[in-house]
Amino acid sequence: MNLTLHVWRQKDVATPGQMVRYDAPNVSEHMSFLEMLDVVNEGLILKGDEPIAFEHDCREGICGSCGFMINGIAHGGFKNTTVCQLHMRHFEDGDEVFIEPWRATAFPVMKDLIVDRSAFDRIIASGGYVSVSTGSAPDGNALPIRKQDSDLAMDAAACIGCGACVASCPNAAAALFTGAKISHLAHLPQGQPERKERSLRMVRQMNAELFGNCTNIGECEATCPKGIPIEVIASMNGDFLAASWQERPPVEIAGAG
Amino acid sequence: MNLNARIPSGPIEQRWDKARFDLKLVNPANKRKYNVIVVGSGLAGGSAAATLGELGYNVKCFCFQDSPRRAHSIAAQGGINAAKNYQNDGDSVYRLFYDTVKGGDFRARESNVYRLAQVSVSIIDQCVAQGVPFAREYGGLLANRSFGGAQVSRTFYARGQTGQQLLLGAYQALERQIDAGKVKMLPRTEMLDLIVIDGKARGIVARNLVTGRIDVHMADAVVLATGGYGNVFYLSTNAKGSNTTAIWRAYKRGAAFGNPCYTQIHPTCIPQSGDYQSKLTLMSESLRNDGRIWVPLKQGDTRTAAQIPESERDYYLERMYPSFGNLSPRDIASRAAKRVCDEGRGVGPGGLGVYLDFSDAIRRLGQKTIAERYGNLFEIYERITGEDPYTLPMRIYPAVHYTMGGLWVDYHLMSTVPGLFVLGEANFSDHGANRLGASALMQGLSDGYFVIPYTLGNYLASEKFAKVDETHPEAVAALAQTQSMTKQLLAIKGKRTVSSFHRELGKLMWDFCGMARNAKGLEQAADKIAGLREEFWKNVNVSGEAGDLNQNLESAGRVADFLELGELMCHDARVREESCGGHFREEYQTSDGEAQRNDDSFSHVAAWEYQGPNQKPVRHQEELQFEYVKPVQRSYK
Ligand SMILES: Cc1cc2nc3c(=O)[nH]c(=O)nc-3n(C[C@H](O)[C@H](O)[C@H](O)COP(=O)(O)OP(=O)(O)OC[C@H]3O[C@@H](n4cnc5c(N)ncnc54)[C@H](O)[C@@H]3O)c2cc1C
Ligand code: SF4
Ligand code: FES
Repeated sequence: MNLTLHVWRQKDVATPGQMVRYDAPNVSEHMSFLEMLDVVNEGLILKGDEPIAFEHDCREGICGSCGFMINGIAHGGFKNTTVCQLHMRHFEDGDEVFIEPWRATAFPVMKDLIVDRSAFDRIIASGGYVSVSTGSAPDGNALPIRKQDSDLAMDAAACIGCGACVASCPNAAAALFTGAKISHLAHLPQGQPERKERSLRMVRQMNAELFGNCTNIGECEATCPKGIPIEVIASMNGDFLAASWQERPPVEIAGAG
Repeated sequence: MNLNARIPSGPIEQRWDKARFDLKLVNPANKRKYNVIVVGSGLAGGSAAATLGELGYNVKCFCFQDSPRRAHSIAAQGGINAAKNYQNDGDSVYRLFYDTVKGGDFRARESNVYRLAQVSVSIIDQCVAQGVPFAREYGGLLANRSFGGAQVSRTFYARGQTGQQLLLGAYQALERQIDAGKVKMLPRTEMLDLIVIDGKARGIVARNLVTGRIDVHMADAVVLATGGYGNVFYLSTNAKGSNTTAIWRAYKRGAAFGNPCYTQIHPTCIPQSGDYQSKLTLMSESLRNDGRIWVPLKQGDTRTAAQIPESERDYYLERMYPSFGNLSPRDIASRAAKRVCDEGRGVGPGGLGVYLDFSDAIRRLGQKTIAERYGNLFEIYERITGEDPYTLPMRIYPAVHYTMGGLWVDYHLMSTVPGLFVLGEANFSDHGANRLGASALMQGLSDGYFVIPYTLGNYLASEKFAKVDETHPEAVAALAQTQSMTKQLLAIKGKRTVSSFHRELGKLMWDFCGMARNAKGLEQAADKIAGLREEFWKNVNVSGEAGDLNQNLESAGRVADFLELGELMCHDARVREESCGGHFREEYQTSDGEAQRNDDSFSHVAAWEYQGPNQKPVRHQEELQFEYVKPVQRSYK
């Protein structure tokens, strides 16, 4: 099949970018979307042009490196699919395809389709862990965990940190990402001692990074390639509220006499 | 070249304890005075950087991705081994040790393997405490599965995302140290050279991949945990960015390269579909627990799988290796697949595939159980091939997966350059000539969490360090050399793309240094690679600029190194005149086609020493002693 691509090209963070049109001839239906771009790039290099920069590594849908908007939808909008796992059999001859980077104040564009997602790392650094230094752990089976809880923790822990939730949210909120980590640890006994502190610190860091506020639109859940359920946001909000309440300075309780 | 492995004396089960007692300690108050560089943030590097930070050292950690969470370790699916014996099925530290030495075809160092098996149990405890959501039974205890090459159930897993969950555990521990100010993380920064001063590793040269700026970073010790080099074959199951640059440039600065030719070809990958193919996707080996592997009995059979009756199918692994069957070790299963395809009995396009069939398991256990066990793997398969494995058998073919070779290290994980430590897949390590499934994650975390914190401390406490900084002549020279290589790559402006060279190299490696090798092919391939390398430096086209985010330039540097490494792999495979593990020399096989080792001449590690550009490297030997597991011909029959 033959496609026409319109791709966002931008030299660096300081230079304004623009859409540029490219032909993608003879695309095989078995190619992945990134392989299609590889072939376009080979052509650009031979012409002496700069190839389209996009982030990728595992090409198996697990590292979270890849991701951009395809026709306005994060990762192209196929259920549980990152762009590296998206195959060209979903496109048709003659299609025009618009490819743009994630758009969010907290994710500045660095070049072409590559954005800076380091805000996610800083959110994790602010409390997305259990404080247990190497060597101090008890036996793995010393603490039985209900299978259902462990499964729920795993559901939330499956987040790959790709940023699609932010990109597809009209408010550019990072609530699904942050909620996923808070919820993963909140479902496990290991996460309990720091549960309140964690939610306070992570939510505050998220706000400091200039992500927008969550208004329960649900676009994040719809495009998340790992099927992270929107309940994690409710769970984060619950923890945050409870923790903020307790954080208020203790009020003197007047005794009866 | 000094290849003293520094193995402690005494009974094997006491050696690590003895070493830990004998190792010097750094006074807690002094730890913050030491600067340590960790290159890599995968399971090995991430766990090392976090732990060294916890201990109080000043750590700088580097990775080339935008975040340490994206290291290639994230892709591991199947699981991690540990000798917990939670299943009460006869496992023990000794059995894991035994299985690993035997699985490695008696080409690993016994003492290292024993330590690995010992430490394995602490890894699980540590990861559970971090909140890694391992699979559990209904009673709330940890679940296990079995994996190729073992008859006990000792593999811990988190759905099909074990590597992801273990890496996120290490990454979170690392982020905690970053937040505490003990580790400074430099993502999107690629190490391009090692700085050696007075014979010791004292720093690295690294390029900021966003601004293109090349800088020198000095330290008291350097730890490399930069992963494997399977991408020398172009097509492999590794992430696209996995490369050899860090260890290769360290090799050129004096670190010996151990057993470069030992490559693992994984039996269960999705077959290639076209020339544009950019990587191969692994289907976890755990599928072999319930899937049955077969091909048609007849050559050139064009019927669909469903049309072929039971009596005309050859379940060749079950036939040839009745006691291990579909769970035979990887090297054996891969070679068997190649053999049946070479006989013209392969299935799918080009006849390069065998069936992995779940219909019996679905009938026995129900679709729901199979979906619970392998659901996400089936999804991956369907997404890539467009075929539904619940109704059609999967088609699989072997692909390059792991490199057992790497920089030579002693028992302390130190290379032949003092102060340069190497962890994880980057070292030549504990797997001998073949790695058992679920053992790489174990090794990476063992090296990072439990070994390097002790051995690095001993090195720092034993040495005196001259004050050196970026202005030292060696640092200045290394920086200038890196800058000039970058300029040179951009100046060639030839007619071929970087990836066309990479593909051509990969094809040579696969054809001549892949699943089956012979003397003539290896010699030819080495010559052709030398020629290809010459052409690369005259005719490659690298677009863009040096002072910019330039992915084309990044891959040009990596492919330049692969073009040198490939030749060394062919030499190493040529000289090793025996078959062992993943290294199969057609000239050395038993009458029924099994690998034939030559223990009299080759029971050693080959450690190659660099001699300068276009000079033949020198091969040194570390003799291996087998005091506990006596070498026999490996049998899985
Ligand atoms: C698809 C797949 C599935 C697997 N499944 C399993 C499994 O189930 N069980 C198992 O035990 N093993 C498995 N393995 C093997 C295992 O995943 C790897 O061997 C292991 O994760 C390697 O870890 P590492 O820390 O050594 O390196 P990696 O995880 O590869 O990390 C390398 C790090 O080094 C950095 N780096 C590299 N070069 C440079 C440079 N020049 N400058 C700066 N940074 C650099 C990278 O950024 C990265 O952070 C699997 C492998 C693959 C490919
Ligand atoms: S929550 Fe989903 S969309 Fe958001 S970063 Fe995680 S995996 Fe990506
Ligand atoms: S490249 Fe890793 S998720 Fe797409």
